[in-house]
Amino acid sequence: MTANAFIAFQKNEESRAIVEAIVEDNPGAIVVEQPAMVKVDVPGRLVIRRATVEDKIGRSFDLQELQIHLITISGHLDETDDEFSLSWLS
Amino acid sequence: MDMKVDKKLGLKERYALMTRDLAWETTYQPMDKVFPQVTYEGIKIHDWNAWEDPFRLTMDAYWKYQAEKERKLYAILDAFNQNNGHLSVTDARYINVLKLFLGSTPPLELMAARGFTNVGRHMVGAGPRVACLMQAVDEYRHFQTQVHSISNYNKYYNGMNEFAHQQSRMWYLSDGKSFFDDAITAGPFEFMVAIGFAFEYVLTNILFVPFISGAAYNGDMAAMTVGFSAQSDEARHMTLGLECIKFMLEQDPDNLPIVQRWIDKWTWRGTRKLASVGMMMDYMLPKRIMSFKEAWEMYFEQNGAALFNDLARYGVKVPKCFVQTVAEKEHVTHQSWIGFYMKPDSTPFHTWIPEKDELDWLSEKYPNTFDKYYRPVLEHFDAQEKSGNRFNNKTAPMNCQVCISTIKFNDPDDPMKTLIRSKTYKGEKFHFCSLHCEEIFDAEPEKYIQAYISSHQVLQGNCAPEGVDTTAPDFEPGAHIAAYWRLDKAATGDFNGSEDQANFAAWRRQATSN
Ligand SMILES: [Fe+2]
Ligand SMILES: [Fe+2]
Ligand SMILES: [Zn+2]
Repeated sequence: MTANAFIAFQKNEESRAIVEAIVEDNPGAIVVEQPAMVKVDVPGRLVIRRATVEDKIGRSFDLQELQIHLITISGHLDETDDEFSLSWLS
Repeated sequence: MDMKVDKKLGLKERYALMTRDLAWETTYQPMDKVFPQVTYEGIKIHDWNAWEDPFRLTMDAYWKYQAEKERKLYAILDAFNQNNGHLSVTDARYINVLKLFLGSTPPLELMAARGFTNVGRHMVGAGPRVACLMQAVDEYRHFQTQVHSISNYNKYYNGMNEFAHQQSRMWYLSDGKSFFDDAITAGPFEFMVAIGFAFEYVLTNILFVPFISGAAYNGDMAAMTVGFSAQSDEARHMTLGLECIKFMLEQDPDNLPIVQRWIDKWTWRGTRKLASVGMMMDYMLPKRIMSFKEAWEMYFEQNGAALFNDLARYGVKVPKCFVQTVAEKEHVTHQSWIGFYMKPDSTPFHTWIPEKDELDWLSEKYPNTFDKYYRPVLEHFDAQEKSGNRFNNKTAPMNCQVCISTIKFNDPDDPMKTLIRSKTYKGEKFHFCSLHCEEIFDAEPEKYIQAYISSHQVLQGNCAPEGVDTTAPDFEPGAHIAAYWRLDKAATGDFNGSEDQANFAAWRRQATSN
C-alpha cells in the first residue's frame, strides 16, 4: 500500500485557492477540514503547480509564498519555480 | 505585501549562488580545527555539498516571508486584546492549557534557538549552516511571540507570571527541560536527530492538532494565531530533520548503526514528553477536536510508518519503542491527568474532574480502557471531593533518571501495574520508567547520573528560599518548596471555587450586560 503524502494549511482565502489547485492536479486527493485548518492527503505523491495556483488565485504566485500558510507536511520535498512536490518512494 | 520576485534567476541557481557560493574553505587554519565537533560522534561525511535544502530558501526570501508573518501576527494579537478576546474562550478552564503551555513550551523554544545556533556554527556545509541559522531565528521568534500572546492573559489570570523562574525548578517541567538539555549537550549530529528529526518530523504533528486547532476551536484567537505563525516555520524544520537523516545515511554505511541508536532513543524521549500534550487534548480543552489516541494513530502510527517504510531502503528499522507507544496510547493521558489532579498544591494551574458529558466522551473514545480503569478512579475522586475529603498527595514524586517523567505509567503487559525498573551504578541506585529509558542510561551512564531531579534536590536541602537554614535540626525540606517555586496559592488546586473561575464569570457578565 502506498502511503499518503500530505500537506496542511491554515484556512484562509489564499489557501482555499491553493487547495483547489491541489485537488485539480492530484486525482485521489482527500481534503479534510479541521477547526481553522485544512489537510490534503494524496497517495504516493502530492504536487502543487504554480500555473494552476495562479489560475485559481487570479494573480502571479511564487511557490515560496506557501511558507506563509503552511502548517505541516509529510513526504520528501522538492521545490522548483514551477512545482512543489511531496512524495514517498515506497 | 510586496511579492515581486526577481525572475531572472531560477530558484535552483539563486539557492546555489546565495547559499553554497557564500561558503569557503578556510586557509589560515585547517578545516578540521575550525569545525572540531563534526567527527567525534563517529559520523562520516565525504561530501558536504551533497546537502541541499529542498525548499531552496535563501536568506533574502526568508526575511521577506518572516516579516510578513510577524505583521499578520501582531495585527491579530492587537485586535484580540483590544476586544477583550480573553472573555471569548469557551470557558475559563481552557486558560489552564495556556498556563501549562507557557511553562513547558516557550523556554524550550529558546533552548532550540540556542541549539540550532550552536549546530549552525559547527556544521561544515553551507546548506545545513544556513538552514540551521534560519531555524535558530525561527525558534527565537516562537519563544517571543508565545510569551507576548500569553502576556495579555497574565494581566487577568493567576499562575503565569513566574514561568521563567519555575522552568528549571518545577517537578513537572523537568521532563521537557531534560529533553533539550540532553539534546544540546550531545554532538551536532545527535542534536539534529533529536530535535530536527525525532521531535520536528516524527512527533510535532501531535502538537499542531491540539494546540492550533484546539485553540481555534475554543475561541482563543491569540494562541491560534501564534500557533499558526510558529507552525508555518515547522514544515521547514521537519524538512531539515529529514534531510539530515538522509544525508548521514547516504554519506557512509558506517553511519547507520549510530543513526539508528539515536532514532530509537529520541523517538522514545519525545513520546514520553508528549503524554502531557495528549492530556491537554483529552482533559483540558472544553471543546475537543479529537482524542489523543486518534491523533496518535493518524500522525504517529500511519505517518510514522510511512516515514520508516521509506527509510527502510537505507536499512533504518522502525524505532524499538513503536510497539510500546501503541500499547500505551489508551492509557498515558488518563494517568497524567489523574497524576496532576492528585497534587493540588504543586502546580500553577488548576485541575478538575471532567463533567459527566466529558466522561462519556472519554468512554466513547477509549472503549478498551476508560470505563475499565480510569472512570472509576475519577468518579471516586469526585465523590470524595464533594464530601469534603479532596484527595491530596503531599509526597514528592519518584522520577525516571532519563526522561524525568514521574514514575506513573503502566507495565505494557499489565495496566494494573506501575512500570518501574531499577539498577545500581557505582553504588547508587537509579530508577527508570521503562526498559527504553534504562537502555538509554546504559549507553551513557555518566551523562544521566547528572540529571536534575527536583524531588532529590528538595530532600538534599537545595530547594529552600534564601535565608532558610537547611542545616537546622528542625529543617523540613518539603515545607519551603512552594516558596522556592514562587508558587501563587491562588493559582493552585481545584478550578471549582478558584479566583479565575469567579473573575471570568463576573467579567463575562459585565461584557454581555449593561
Ligand atoms: Fe519552535
Ligand atoms: Fe520547530
Ligand atoms: Zn523514562
